[in-house]
Amino acid sequence: MIRWFAQFLDRVGRGVVALIAEWGYYGALIAESGYWVFMGRTRRQPVRLSAIFGQMMVVGVAAIPIVFILAFAVGVMLTIQGIHTLRTFGAESQVVIGVALAVTREFGPLITGVVVAGRTGSALAARIGTMVVSQEVDALSVMSISPVRYLVVPVIAAMLLMVPSLTFMADVAALIGAGLLTGLELGLSPEAFLDRTLQVLTVDDVMQGMAKSVVFAVIVALVGVSNGFSVTGGAEGVGRATTRSVVHSITYIVLADMVFTWFLNL
Amino acid sequence: MTTAEKVIEVENLVTHYGPRLILDDVSLNVREGEIRIIMGGSGSGKSTLLRYLLGLNRPTSGSIRLLGTDLTKAKPHEFDEIRKHLGVSFQGGALFTSMTVQENVMLPLREHTKLDESTMAIMARMKLEVVNLGGFETLTPAQLSGGMIKRAALARAIIMDPKLLFFDEPSAGLDPVVAAELDDLILNLRDAMRMSIVVVTHELDSAFKIADTITVLDQGKILITGTVEEVRDCDHPRVQDLLNRQSSVEALDADEYLRRLTGD
Repeated sequence: MIRWFAQFLDRVGRGVVALIAEWGYYGALIAESGYWVFMGRTRRQPVRLSAIFGQMMVVGVAAIPIVFILAFAVGVMLTIQGIHTLRTFGAESQVVIGVALAVTREFGPLITGVVVAGRTGSALAARIGTMVVSQEVDALSVMSISPVRYLVVPVIAAMLLMVPSLTFMADVAALIGAGLLTGLELGLSPEAFLDRTLQVLTVDDVMQGMAKSVVFAVIVALVGVSNGFSVTGGAEGVGRATTRSVVHSITYIVLADMVFTWFLNL
Repeated sequence: MTTAEKVIEVENLVTHYGPRLILDDVSLNVREGEIRIIMGGSGSGKSTLLRYLLGLNRPTSGSIRLLGTDLTKAKPHEFDEIRKHLGVSFQGGALFTSMTVQENVMLPLREHTKLDESTMAIMARMKLEVVNLGGFETLTPAQLSGGMIKRAALARAIIMDPKLLFFDEPSAGLDPVVAAELDDLILNLRDAMRMSIVVVTHELDSAFKIADTITVLDQGKILITGTVEEVRDCDHPRVQDLLNRQSSVEALDADEYLRRLTGD
């Protein structure tokens, strides 16, 4: 019994230490990225704008269709459920308030975060992991090209710009879905829907969602990159890191979302 | 030869991987224009030694001086400076798969010089001609054969005209003819560009063909450093095992064996 308990404590302790080490690594990555953004020129290793634009295409522009479709679908579903619930009180015309707030404050950023974690987080871990395995990261280092400056900073910069943009688009897509449904179910004209929505929404609601999406962008980038760099053990290791980065990003995103919502609304 | 300047000086290098001792008090010098082979069986620590020579890991103790700069004490900008004089050809080539051969070769120029695009392209093609890869510059690494990948990696390693060139297992996984071509290429490079070259390998034929001096590493320790003849005449049993491809049967300690099996 004592032996079992000791083993249990041992496992918990090791887990906690590993978690702290990982978070420390995230911090170090942020610090080093910041260093290269501001000090890159003096070290004669500037962060290339072309690399950032390239990543913006991959991270942002290529994700537009999937984010649009998912956000649209969520908008439709929220409206259906909203109408169904509010009908018990005979207040289905109030559905616009609920949907507009839920979408901009919660579902827009969340859907975008999850899609980006699945697309970009996994791709990052796989790409960097493969480069570690094939010694490409070592090759960069011995060529005096900082792997963080060359591989990581462009991705983080692109994410910081594109994830909020995608979130805004997701808000709009979900509201289009909601507008269609209220038109079909409640006979609300598009103009009336837009009018009601703009009446309800404040800049603060939209900004709350945007602020969350910035946090999600940082989470996905850091988790993907650090899992990629810590790959050991060849192709299998790359696979493990990829899975792990998606699972961890989504977990951290949902938890961060909860904490964020808690502090912003209480 | 003996009057040439020392370009690599390693003193009392001790390194660990976790708690395990990998390199045990390794000291060696390489002089300018020398081709040094680092030889040893699998697990002898030779690839590890290369990683430390490139400054990719920090040693437990000891010093590594490249071109007069101590890597263990170098500041980041000194590190950058030293590494611009190094060329490395990794075992698998380590070419960037997302770029063409020419873009791979041009990368160091693009990152460290302000030359214009066409000049860099010409320089890259010149180096590709040196390694007999002219005309292949638009292919991606996935479209190249094993030997071509190694040669492309070599072209990238010499694009900045390094003073020191490192090779990890140049002939591993290549057929004998291609491996021999690569050996000739290494010799030519030294003669044409006066580089000092360090080659890590376990291929005996290639080692004896290109070496000026050989360092034999075994279980993290240096057994002998000397010319080809000195190494051939060395009567250390482990060296002879390696040269004659004999399997070595270690004397077995019964107690130790039992301990290993029971895992206590």
